[in-house]
Amino acid sequence: MALSRLASSSSSSSSRSADLLKPLCSAISLRRPISTDTTPITVETSVPFTSHQCDTPSRSVQTNAKELLTFFRDMALMRRMEIAADSLYKAKLIRGFCHLYDGQEAVAVGMEAAITKKDCIITAYRDHCTFVARGGTLLEVFAELMGRQAGCSRGKGGSMHFYKKDSNFYGGHGIVGAQVPLGCGLAFAQKYSKDEAVTFALYGDGAANQGQLFEALNISALWDLPAILVCENNHYGMGTAEWRASKSPAYYKRGDYAPGLKVDGMDALAVKQACTFAKEHALKNGPIILEMDTYRYHGHSMSDPGSTYRTRDEITGVRQERDPVERIRKLILSHDLATEKELKDIEKEIRKEVDDAIAQAKENPLPESSELFTNVYAKGLGVEMSFH
Amino acid sequence: MLGIVRQKMLEQSLKKIRPAVSVLRSYSSAAKQCSLIRNLCTNLKISRKIVISGRCVCKNAYAYANMVMLMTVREALNSALDEEMSADSKVFLMGEEVGEYQGAYKITKGLLDKYGPERVLDTPITEAGFTGIAVGAAYYGVKPVVEFMTFNFSMQAIDHIINSAAKTNYMSSGQISVPIVFRGPNGAAAGVGAQHSQCYAAWYASCPGLKVLAPYSSEDARGLLKAAIRDPDPVVFLENELLYGESFPISDEVLDSSFCLPIGKAKIERKGKDVTIAAYSKMVGYALKAAETLEKDGIDAEVINLRSIRPLDRSMINASVRKTNRLVTVEEAFPQHGVGAEIWFDASIVEESFAYLDAPVERIAGADVPMPYAANLERMAVPQVEDIVRAAKRTCYRSVS
Repeated sequence: MALSRLASSSSSSSSRSADLLKPLCSAISLRRPISTDTTPITVETSVPFTSHQCDTPSRSVQTNAKELLTFFRDMALMRRMEIAADSLYKAKLIRGFCHLYDGQEAVAVGMEAAITKKDCIITAYRDHCTFVARGGTLLEVFAELMGRQAGCSRGKGGSMHFYKKDSNFYGGHGIVGAQVPLGCGLAFAQKYSKDEAVTFALYGDGAANQGQLFEALNISALWDLPAILVCENNHYGMGTAEWRASKSPAYYKRGDYAPGLKVDGMDALAVKQACTFAKEHALKNGPIILEMDTYRYHGHSMSDPGSTYRTRDEITGVRQERDPVERIRKLILSHDLATEKELKDIEKEIRKEVDDAIAQAKENPLPESSELFTNVYAKGLGVEMSFH
Repeated sequence: MLGIVRQKMLEQSLKKIRPAVSVLRSYSSAAKQCSLIRNLCTNLKISRKIVISGRCVCKNAYAYANMVMLMTVREALNSALDEEMSADSKVFLMGEEVGEYQGAYKITKGLLDKYGPERVLDTPITEAGFTGIAVGAAYYGVKPVVEFMTFNFSMQAIDHIINSAAKTNYMSSGQISVPIVFRGPNGAAAGVGAQHSQCYAAWYASCPGLKVLAPYSSEDARGLLKAAIRDPDPVVFLENELLYGESFPISDEVLDSSFCLPIGKAKIERKGKDVTIAAYSKMVGYALKAAETLEKDGIDAEVINLRSIRPLDRSMINASVRKTNRLVTVEEAFPQHGVGAEIWFDASIVEESFAYLDAPVERIAGADVPMPYAANLERMAVPQVEDIVRAAKRTCYRSVS
């Protein structure tokens, strides 16, 4: 016990002592309390960053056991949540559209690690995991997906319209590309209010061709807005591969006068490094584009099998070689921060958490009929049209 | 081409089997399968369901049969596009996922394979851009059929639809006509939320220079889409996602490749004498169901399928109102400034049928709220058959308990 306390209380100068103690600890089967260990660990990103009109951040990322385990836990939770949503959709408990994020978890988690809740995030309809990263609960997710009162939008929004204003998460948008000018607007307001915070506006490779994006970027650059445009390039805009939709698939370069960075979106640490860099840049110099090279395992939505326009080999290939959760698992194991069993236990816990949340959400009631007419306006008009 | 040949062969074969000119068109599901017709269909590889009802004498090659063919709205639209593209090489398709994906709702299935990538074009997700390009192409004289994955996304392109397409013939005093069709699903689907459920009929129909069509049945879908493609003016063609999979009986006249319905003419789906119910798109089906319920209560409703929102078939609506003296309008859209409001005003004031009305016009429309997601709220936000029945009863002074 004493040894572990020694190890855990070690700070900056004691990395060597930690190394000395490590074999001792394992020999005595004592474990440092891994969940709170903040000894810095340096990890190299999978690939170096590529940049356009700016410097590249270093490939070496500072992290620690606590952060890595948080990454693992959060991404595993998101993964399980999306898979559970798949089953719920097939059981017809989720209606309408359901766009799943599994494969792309590293972007949500890495970004969150680099910023605070004062910074804003806005995204399109593939928003379940981004919502959770911003502090949303599993119950809020599942209840909203099933259209119940406990949902984050009280059942009135649905899968594509999750919001969490108190964490500066602005949704959740159904119209491709529309969230980017909205995000630049958030950045405008942050600058206007002198908040020293930034906005991350996420969009896909399909949305990258939208004209309104370039209009908003132009204004953001003219006015030096702290806007960070993040292209989550999963290489397919619904059923159309990027080379069939974009003349130039180098999305990080499309800002032309605005600098850009290309990032391995399956590497949570690379994402974190890039977002830290981008935040610093945006606060001083205005908009910057981040292109996250990522991948979605599911089709575009639950109505799309996802295999008519890409091969199953491609999907399994990415899963085997670039899976974000597996990458962190390997890192944790190789740095001896936890055992395989401990990680499996975390996953079991997560499974139970997800199952509990679903059970709770299923019990939750549908919204009251009167809710049909609430929140049309912030300030009521005193006149309501009702139809017999 | 092959599709048309097959249909012509079927027609000729039918004529041999059916010497009588008049054919009963019935929905009867109790089919006495005629083996002759079954063999015929196998030989021609007809994929559409054929339901045969009535007496069938197969002793000779001479059989009496009341033949009714069923076709889904999806097939109707696909075959109409196919035939029009085949007939006129200037017609081409443009939209998201219309080609390789076979259409987001499979309406354009098989057309890329048949006509090639020069005539079936997959676009990036950039409505403003590709709609502008399509309108420009129409200026030059070719005939684009632009698909919006839903009409909600047409709002991104609405400047081009209104300012570039609708107004140009007028502004150029007739020099530049715009033979373009904008088509796609309109209105509410199921559980798709506020940004994917709006009905745009009233917005587009308020604009001079546009023609706005809203088919209900497969016959409507085929005839009106063909008419839209052949029309030299910009046409907004409002389909409905929930109707795509529904089957309707069609006659062989409808199957003919030259079949076309006139723009601006409504159809009386059900003749009646007590109350007129005017509706378009999916609500026509609801109105027909309401009419069945009303019949049990002794109210004989006349159901009008508007088919054309701009121009509205004002003469038919008013002739009906002057006959029944009562009017109920039904739409899924938001109530204010809607199609129902226009019909009310038209019937009452413009066409001066006011004196013929024995009760105020009832307007059934969607709730005046963005479409909620929760299933119970969504159900309350769109008209249901009971709402139409209650409104019709109110016009007949029947108490509604």
